[in-house]
Amino acid sequence: MKAIFGSLVIGLMLALPLSAHAGNVTVKGSDTMVILGQRWAEEFMKKTPATKVQVTGGGSGVGLAALQNGTTEIAMSSREIKDAEKQKLRARYNSTGVEIPVAKDGVTFYVNEGNPVTALTVEQLRSIYVGDVTNWKQLGGPDAPIIIYSRENSSGTYVFVKDHVLDGEDYAASAQTLPGTAAVVNAVSKEKNSIGYGGAAYAKGIKELKIKKGNEDIAPTAENIKTGKYPLSRDLYFYLRNKPSGDAKTFIDFALSPEGQAVVTKVGYFPVK
Amino acid sequence: MDRHAIMEQGLTQPLIAPALSPAARRRQLREKVIAGFITLMAFTGIAALILIIIFVAKEALALFTEPEARHEASLSKMFLAQDVAPGKPPFRWQPVSKIPKVSMIPLFVGTLKTTAVSMLVAVPLGVFGALFAAEFAPRRLRELLKPVIELLAGIPSVVLGFFALMVMSTVVKEALGFDRPLNAMVAGLGLALAIVPVIFTVSEDALTAVPRSYREASLALGATPWETAWKVVLPAAAPGILAACVLGFGRAIGETMIVLMASGNADVISWSLGDSARSLSATIAAEMGEVVVGSPHYSLLFFIGVQLFIFTFVLNLMASTWTKRVIRKLTGGAA
Repeated sequence: MKAIFGSLVIGLMLALPLSAHAGNVTVKGSDTMVILGQRWAEEFMKKTPATKVQVTGGGSGVGLAALQNGTTEIAMSSREIKDAEKQKLRARYNSTGVEIPVAKDGVTFYVNEGNPVTALTVEQLRSIYVGDVTNWKQLGGPDAPIIIYSRENSSGTYVFVKDHVLDGEDYAASAQTLPGTAAVVNAVSKEKNSIGYGGAAYAKGIKELKIKKGNEDIAPTAENIKTGKYPLSRDLYFYLRNKPSGDAKTFIDFALSPEGQAVVTKVGYFPVK
Repeated sequence: MDRHAIMEQGLTQPLIAPALSPAARRRQLREKVIAGFITLMAFTGIAALILIIIFVAKEALALFTEPEARHEASLSKMFLAQDVAPGKPPFRWQPVSKIPKVSMIPLFVGTLKTTAVSMLVAVPLGVFGALFAAEFAPRRLRELLKPVIELLAGIPSVVLGFFALMVMSTVVKEALGFDRPLNAMVAGLGLALAIVPVIFTVSEDALTAVPRSYREASLALGATPWETAWKVVLPAAAPGILAACVLGFGRAIGETMIVLMASGNADVISWSLGDSARSLSATIAAEMGEVVVGSPHYSLLFFIGVQLFIFTFVLNLMASTWTKRVIRKLTGGAA
């Protein structure tokens, strides 16, 4: 039994690097980017059928961990690589990794469509999410408690909002966490005093909040996110151990080509080029 | 043949039982193989359990051995009030943070809230349902009732969670006037749906197993059917019913999907059922996907697993001692 298991493990260890070099590219990581990655892979494989591109999700952290232990060539991540992860890469591969922004995504805050509030400053959003402001009255809305919806701490969006809106502070204790943007959108559409966040979403019953900056209200439109005018946009990245070469390079070149960036728009994100 | 020769023969040819026919020998062999196979199966189960415990404990142990983890998640940070900043709550579960806050207290409160609601609803429902089915229901109705309730046990918990999230949350909020649609009450009621069939089925079996003579004796002494059911049959089935409740409790405390979807998962400390609750099991499920393997956060999640295991283990132990006492009382203290 042990011998069989052992030979299996050895077989797998031998097979993995081999398969990785036989015209295969493995891409793993952020759940936000899985659909995007799969569309790219489909289009790419239509053009170059000899190369197989395998895209799997699991989350940004999972992808970057796979990059560290060598089970993927490209890691997709909706956040920047952490210092701890960089150090692990350096320890094993003597390289801090290569970062390639491949698309842009805007973090949108939603309220119920019945809510009269249409625009908030980043500072106001911060005070809601850290629990300093608890009533809509304080923001020019009706006299009703604010129901805060957030994401689980395994989500890349959670980390983005924490870093860019909350300045690294903790979420309010009363912030309810939901699994996935769809769940947040659904919850906000049903609860008229609630606020939530997630990727760009088109759904009935919710309203996308504009961000007030100076005396301008900036809507999370494609144009504003692409130009970087919308303050809450983020880059989506590919991470590699070393400079891309071979099949991985052709795949990344395709993703950044006008054709690849058209796929980005189709999936619902925003092009970087 | 003289005696000497017989002795000689006995020494050279070992005395054996009369030779078995080939068919009998084959049967004996088959018995042995089957017995061996069953024993192997039994031990595989036990071995799996032991291996799981070892694995979970080993991953959690890093919390106490590695200096980084000891600094980030010491026992005092897990269980005592933390002085973070003025005006901020002292017990927080925010493990993904510049200064991770890893208090277990909000998780205990959350788990206790959802489990208590579910037990308060499911125990009466399950036990009285079983009492009705076993003692009062006409045979036809009973034959319909049992499979239908058992069917409820077959519904995957993710479906129950989705039902709680989409349907029950709105209804409960309107009915009880809560601020939030997702709260401990909804999660507890969703859990109750999952554990009623468990409690019902096991209780019903325990009640039906009470000897007919008990009922006959009681009725013959002039007790009404209700008195018989309440004062004779139910106490006689008490150990079985307690086992049913313990099984239900184990399911409620470990159940993940329903709580994850319906409770709101905020790490708030509040005994109000209209507030959110974050349970131990849902925390593991929500955070395990993204955690860096080997990090303090990772060990912490396994430590939560160890705690869940300890809770159910202690409860089982308590229940079995209590059962023994009840049996002793019922048998007239003979033992």
